This record gives sequence, structure tokens and C-alpha cells, in this order.
Amino acid sequence: MWAQILDILAATLRLATPLLLAAMGGLLSERAGVINLALEGKMLVGAFAAAVITLATGSPWLGFAGGGLAGVLLAGIYGVAVLPLKANQIVAATGINMLAAGIPPFVAKILYDVTGSTPSIELAHRFAVFPMFLAMAAPFALWWVLARTRAGLRLSFAGEHPEALAAAGINVIRVRWAALLTAGAFAGLGGASLSIFLSSAYSRNMSSGRGFMALAALILGKWRPLPTLLACLFFGLADAGQIRLQSLEIGGTYKVPVQFIQILPYVLTIVVLAGFVGRSRAPKALGEPI
Amino acid sequence: MLKLQVKAAIWRALRPMIAALVGLLLGVAITAIAGESPWHVLCVIAKGAFGSTYDLGLTLYYTTPIVLTGLAVALPIKAGLFNIGAEGQLNMGALAVAAVGILCPQVTAPLNIILAVLAGACAGAFWGSIAGWLKAYRGSHEVITTIMLNFIAAGLSGWAVLSLLPSLDSQNPESARIAPSYVLEHFAWFPDAPVTWALPMAVLCAVLVWIFLRFTIPGFKLAAAGLNPEAAQVSGISVRHQQWLALTLGGALAGLVGVAEVMGHSGRFRIGFSPDYGFIGIPVALLARSHPLGLLLSALLFGALQKGTAELDLETTFVTRDLAAMIQAMVVLSVSAEGGLTLWRRRRPAAKSPVQGG
Repeated sequence: MWAQILDILAATLRLATPLLLAAMGGLLSERAGVINLALEGKMLVGAFAAAVITLATGSPWLGFAGGGLAGVLLAGIYGVAVLPLKANQIVAATGINMLAAGIPPFVAKILYDVTGSTPSIELAHRFAVFPMFLAMAAPFALWWVLARTRAGLRLSFAGEHPEALAAAGINVIRVRWAALLTAGAFAGLGGASLSIFLSSAYSRNMSSGRGFMALAALILGKWRPLPTLLACLFFGLADAGQIRLQSLEIGGTYKVPVQFIQILPYVLTIVVLAGFVGRSRAPKALGEPI
Repeated sequence: MLKLQVKAAIWRALRPMIAALVGLLLGVAITAIAGESPWHVLCVIAKGAFGSTYDLGLTLYYTTPIVLTGLAVALPIKAGLFNIGAEGQLNMGALAVAAVGILCPQVTAPLNIILAVLAGACAGAFWGSIAGWLKAYRGSHEVITTIMLNFIAAGLSGWAVLSLLPSLDSQNPESARIAPSYVLEHFAWFPDAPVTWALPMAVLCAVLVWIFLRFTIPGFKLAAAGLNPEAAQVSGISVRHQQWLALTLGGALAGLVGVAEVMGHSGRFRIGFSPDYGFIGIPVALLARSHPLGLLLSALLFGALQKGTAELDLETTFVTRDLAAMIQAMVVLSVSAEGGLTLWRRRRPAAKSPVQGG
């Protein structure tokens, strides 16, 4: 009994890791006033880059850093589109997600002559726990930055009252750039934790909606770091339960179709968005260009 | 004055096209990284799309679902919503069409065709209406809910096909065959290419959507809710109802893809049949500025791209059909960036409209 509970608890923490890192990225950029529906794409590219670099160097540390960097690069493209060019943030983010879906097959074909999964990574070259600790520490660090530092205050003002920030002589665009690029790093690291921590290779479209679930967790957590941590753990728990339910048999003979269980996280996301979003409040200037 | 207006209108239509061209060239230029000549790639795509009547037929075959998904994105944009759930809606539509074709073999023509078309549209509409209801009455962001509904539709349709409508004559992940009376005949002009009545049906849909938005009162209300929600609400239009309606109608249009795929081509529901038709609808709608008739041209462009890039697998060493996704992405990015530029130079847009209108 206790062993089972511990097992589920450990799985919850592990599965919440990519979600949590991505959600913290989303939190940074949305608190600064930039909608981040491109988390999904950044995760996917982060997962791919991490797998490729780990395969090439044998070092998960370099791979992890590479995943983060890939997220930053993609965030850079998104930033150019939405900050100086003032593209519609939702449409541009969708473009980024589509681009991210196209990059891994393109590069994998050149590197490995396949368009699907990368070759698998040796166990010794994968992370055992590190990304999990980083993900658990991140919300506390972000809470401290947002609540206690000048940079955090500026970030919140960029999302709530950009005019006031500008009047105080601060370059709002620059604050938003900083938030957006850091967000890219977080999302990229979240993706990296998918390929070199949770599994043993990059596989096609492996982020499978987690970038959007991270956003749902962010909304459920009302754009605050610690409640968002709880929301991510909730999603992680559901995911851990989902994997265990797949071998469930009711009454000894009837097996619940595996597809029904696989869709549970997505149904849960919708339920969360439908039930709680009404009471949570987005940053005031979210989505408005300067 | 009139001259100025005409000039402005032409310029307005040209700008996204120039942006799309830039995006297209950027997308093709990426192939230089793979050591291919971008010019060669462009030639392969063009020849693959229009090289023979067979190639042209396949281009038109790809264009058919893309017209429908383009409309499925464009109509909600008119109401200020961004529907990226066409992929799930078309899966549900195809499932319904296949179910009717398999379970009702005794219905005779032309009733059977009408029944199947209605089933596809209704199933898609139902799937779209879920996102519409969530948006209108629960405030859930339609981009997140439609993505989630895509995953759910993939799971549900996969389960239904394998357990309720299993194929008896093959081991592939697909449903049984639909009754022969449901299969649409191929046009003789394009030898061996599956061009059927589904194509004129898609074009008809585009015309109907254009008439709906341009000449009818419900269409006017829908567009009013998108252009200026506050003003629409004050003048007695329920914005919520319009949002729900827009996603429902969009879903119906996407659901009709099932007719083209199941009745016009494969004769069954093949799991994973769609090469992301739902997402291709996004650049198609943006490029046409959501104009239902202009959309026919942009759909043809992306249909040609879909067919042309399929040749890359054979004709080049390192570039595959996945290039299509990158080109689509570059087009979306450059068209959206261009839209932002025009929009903001003139005025601040309506505050709450999430997608650029027009």
C-alpha cells in the first residue's frame, strides 16, 4: 500500500516536471503581457535539440542546456514577430508551433536519415533526477523574483500597467523581450526533460499538447507561481494515474479501451478551463502591443 | 475618392500575398541548409503540382479538404475567434460519414448521399459547438480547448473505428469499407486522380459562406460580433450566441472533409488519414484575409504545395514532404507580422478581438 502511494507520488513529481518548467516560462511571459501559446512548439524543439546534443556529446548537461537554447532561439523568432512587428500574438504563436513541428523531421533527416524518432540515448547519458529538482525549485525562485525584486516588479508592471512603466522611464519592450526569452529557455528545458529525463529519445510530436496543458495550469494557478505549482502537480498526478489505469480491468474481464484513458488528460484540461477560468484574472495588458 | 478606395482595397489584398511570397521563399530557402538548391526544390514542387493532368488532379484532390478547413478557420475569424480545432472536427465528420456508409447500406441514391453529407456536417458541427459553448458561456480560451478537442477526437475516432466499425479484410488501422452506393465517382478529366463531386461541393460551400456573410442578416450579426463586440452587444446582438454559432458552423464545414476523404477517395476511415488538413486551413484563411472566395485561390496554392512537396521524398536526398509544414509556418508568421504592421499604423484595433478581422 505505502509502496504504491510512494510510487504514484514519485511518478507525479516526474511527470509534472516538463509541465512545470513550461508553465513557469508561460508565467514569465504572460505576467509581462505577452500571450504564450507557443510553449508547445518551444517544448518540442527543446526536446529534439536536447536529444540530438546528448546523442552527439554523451552529456545530458550539454543536452539540457541545448534544449533551453533551442527554446530561446524559437522565442527570439516569436519575439521579432510580436514585439517590433506587432503581429497578432495568437496567430504568430500558431505559426511558431507549426514551424516547431516541421523542424525536427527536417533536421533528423539530415542527421540520422529518419523523419521520426532519434536513436535512443543510453541510460548513463540520461538524467535521473536533476530536471525534477530544478522544476520544483523554479516556482519558489520565481515567486521570490516577482514579489521581492525590482526586476520582478518591472515585469508585473509591463503586464499590468505598461504605460506607468514607460512613464517611469523604463523601456517596456526591453522588459518584455527579457521575459519572452527567459520563457523560451524554461519551455525549452521543459521539452528537454521530456526527451532526456522522462524517456530515452525524441519521438515525433512528443510534447503532445503539454505546452497547452501548461497554460491551463497557469490559468488554474491564476498566473501566480506557487498555485501554478500545485496545478501542475495536479496534472502530473492525473498523468501518473492515467498510465496506471491503462492496465485496469473491470470485473476481471472487461478492459477499459486504452484510447479512453489516453484522452483523460485532455478532458481534464478542458474541465479545468471550463470550471475555474471565470474567477481568475489575466494580467491587464495581456496581448496588447506597446 | 472612389479611386483611392479601390487602390486601398487592392493594396489590402496584395499585402498578405507579398508577405506570403516572402514566407514561401524563406521556407524554400531553408533547404539550402540541407545542401539542396532551393531553385531545384522549387522546380520539383511546381512540376509535382502541375506537371501533368494526373498531378493537377491530385493537386485538386488535396485542395478540396483544404478549401473546407480554410473556411472552417475563416468563418470563426469573422466572429473574432481562432479555430485551430478543424483537425478534430474533420476526424469526427469522417467518422460519421464512414459510420453511415457502413451501417446503412440499404439506403438508395440520392438519399444516401444526402444522409452521409448531413452526418459529416452534423458531427463536425457538434465537435465545433463544444468549443463554441465553452468559449461563449464558460470563457475558456478557444485555442486551448480546440487543441485539446483535437486530441480527444483522435482518441475517440480511433477507438470507434477499431472496435465498432472494424475492417474485416485488412490488418491496417482502418474501418470496414462503406457500401458501394456511397462511393463517389471520379471525374474522367483527371485519369487515376480521385477528383470527385466533393470538389464542386467545397467550392459551393465557399460561395454559400460568402453569401451568408455578405447578404444575410445572421451573417451580418456574426461579423458584427467579431468586428466590435461591445457595439454589437449594445445593439441587441448576443455576442455569446454568435461565438457559439461561428464555431459550430466552422465545425460543420470541417466535418465535410469526411465526405471528400471517405466517399471520394479511400472508401473507409483510415486512422491518421489527414496530413494536418485542419492546420493547413490556418495559412489558407489568413492569406485570403478570411474572404471565402479569395480563399479558393489560397487553398489551391496550398493544395499544390501539399502535392508538390510529396515529390521531394523521391527527388531530393535530404528534403522530405515535411518541408510543407515549414513553408506553411513561414507563411503564417509573415502574414501575421504583416497584418500587425498594417493594423497598428492606422489605429489601435478593437480591444478584445483576439484575431485580426477582415
